[in-house]
Amino acid sequence: MSTVTGVSAADQTPGPDGRRPLQADHASTGRVGDRLFGGAATVSGVFVIVLVTLIAIFLIVQAVPALMDNSANFFTSRVWAPGGEQPAFGILEFLWTTVTASAIAMLLSVPVGVAVALFLTQYAPTWMRRPAASLVDLLAAVPSIVYGLWGLIAFAPVFKPVQSFIEDKLGWFPLFAPTGISGGTICFIGVVLAIMVLPIVTALSREVFDQTPTAHKEGALALGATQWEMIRTSVLPFGRPGVISASMLALGRALGETIAVTFLVSALADGNPWSWSLFNGGETFASKIANNASEFSNPNKTGAYIAAGLVLFVLTFVVNSIARVVIERRKAFTE
Amino acid sequence: MSTATDRRLPDDRVPDDQVASGDTSTPPGGRSGRDALSEMSNPHRARAVKDVVARVVMWAAFFLAVVPLVWILGTVIGKGFHMLTTSTWWTGNQRNVNSDDFGGGARHAIEGTLQMVGITALIAVPIGILTAVYLVEYGRGHLARVISFTVDILSGVPSIVAALFIYAIWVTAFGFSRSGFAAALALVLLMIPVIVRSTEEMLKLVPNELREASYALGVPKWATVVKIVLRTAFSGIVTGVLLGIARVMGETAPLLILAPYTKNFQRDLFNGNFPTLPMMINQDRGDFALATAAERMWGAALTLILLVLLLNVIGRVIAHFGAVKK
Repeated sequence: MSTVTGVSAADQTPGPDGRRPLQADHASTGRVGDRLFGGAATVSGVFVIVLVTLIAIFLIVQAVPALMDNSANFFTSRVWAPGGEQPAFGILEFLWTTVTASAIAMLLSVPVGVAVALFLTQYAPTWMRRPAASLVDLLAAVPSIVYGLWGLIAFAPVFKPVQSFIEDKLGWFPLFAPTGISGGTICFIGVVLAIMVLPIVTALSREVFDQTPTAHKEGALALGATQWEMIRTSVLPFGRPGVISASMLALGRALGETIAVTFLVSALADGNPWSWSLFNGGETFASKIANNASEFSNPNKTGAYIAAGLVLFVLTFVVNSIARVVIERRKAFTE
Repeated sequence: MSTATDRRLPDDRVPDDQVASGDTSTPPGGRSGRDALSEMSNPHRARAVKDVVARVVMWAAFFLAVVPLVWILGTVIGKGFHMLTTSTWWTGNQRNVNSDDFGGGARHAIEGTLQMVGITALIAVPIGILTAVYLVEYGRGHLARVISFTVDILSGVPSIVAALFIYAIWVTAFGFSRSGFAAALALVLLMIPVIVRSTEEMLKLVPNELREASYALGVPKWATVVKIVLRTAFSGIVTGVLLGIARVMGETAPLLILAPYTKNFQRDLFNGNFPTLPMMINQDRGDFALATAAERMWGAALTLILLVLLLNVIGRVIAHFGAVKK
């Protein structure tokens, strides 16, 4: 796996010499140096655990008082008025926007990303593979604010006619109902997020496809499979867990993406009627928090935003745990 | 940024897929998709058609993906480059430069960004490397599993949540003000998992024979780890660190929450607003319709990309020349 996301599947996998990495050996001599160094390493490791625990605890502790004072239902209300005598706030709208935009991003980026990865490993002429892979890697490193800037200035005008076309032709369908909002619609944000996570999906999938055992592929070809049949029967099954975890990591990225979305969103006016349309505006968790950073004046207001952040944390936690489980299962198969 | 390919051992064997299918025009059996089309009877033709369709789809997907990506790079370079050639860009700051004024420099933001990621690296790198050492050299049983799991969790924490956490602990609980240092702390959270994972992978590449030889000579474990294992993996670890720095350099969410922007030079990480490149881009967000503001944003974006790219290139060069030899 790669450091795009910092997550790796390589915990217990055999090293290049085919052996499992050194497990608990008993080389420690019990000398001062050993105890100090081993102690420092252990402390660092435990520190990471403490850090993650603290994140959860601090977010919960500071969110709870605000949630207690909340006069609206946190999960089903669309109001966001955390200040004042009678704070009322709910996350329904952010949840909808965040999840829908990320779903669009996944629907677009996973098939394309996997196809590009297959292209780079199976179809591309040899001279093209390295430069193209480097280009993808470079794009995975481009900061998200650049995607936001590009989306805002360069891409939005191009997307506008596409949106009006779809609204014209498919407007009868609730998901595509015209809302009068152009620019930062959920759909547009989803597309920009898709472009942003595409290099991540591609880079991770490419690495997995590259590792398909030659024997599998040659076996398929020797049985008379066409190249596509070879890919379908040997490369894809081998790479499936890797693709799933890559997608989950990309999904985590899309859910939590802040600045690109903040550049693009159209916030909805208070009391806006509910719409199922993908062409509606609306803030995501991350953009709502980022846009209101200057409002963190009193603890109750801050608490409301922290509560929203907590939901986002839980959301990404679940997604990452699923990725983790998939990776573990793959390990169980390969060992 | 995918680095595993670069950190892999020097690859002197032919990639698998070239053996199997590298030359797509004559796969084993001598039938290319097109020949198959003309020569085969009906049930076979369906398979051949599928094969050709799949090939076309893959090429199409590649070009579909390349278009926006090249478009982005092209726009940033095309619109940002001439800002970088103005006389004040590398020397001046944005003091008294309004959205509708031309000119001004980015030096304050470049220095600020470098200073901030420097502090971040100073804190995150030792923790990250030691944690990786624990996981590879010492870890066993439940503790190692739990640490490994929490590193995964940490790597999935969205930057905005990391920022909220630092806000909750640093500003709300401790009562400090927002500052460059607070933002650096949030970046530390984002950088630790990157360092741990990349270092871990490098340490695993160090052959066990080296450790065993060292033990056999009576070298204590800590000295073996420091002088043999870490030294062997050194270049790979440096690469991981550079890529980790590149990764947090462009993070904006923590800066939005924790380090308000200033147009002036500011070297004090602990008091007052702090200039950084992402925030410099963000600053003109509301005025992007003004040519002057847009120019500044593109210029800052290009500068940021160049910094990230520079770190990546240095990292790759080090990885290329210093890879662990078998």
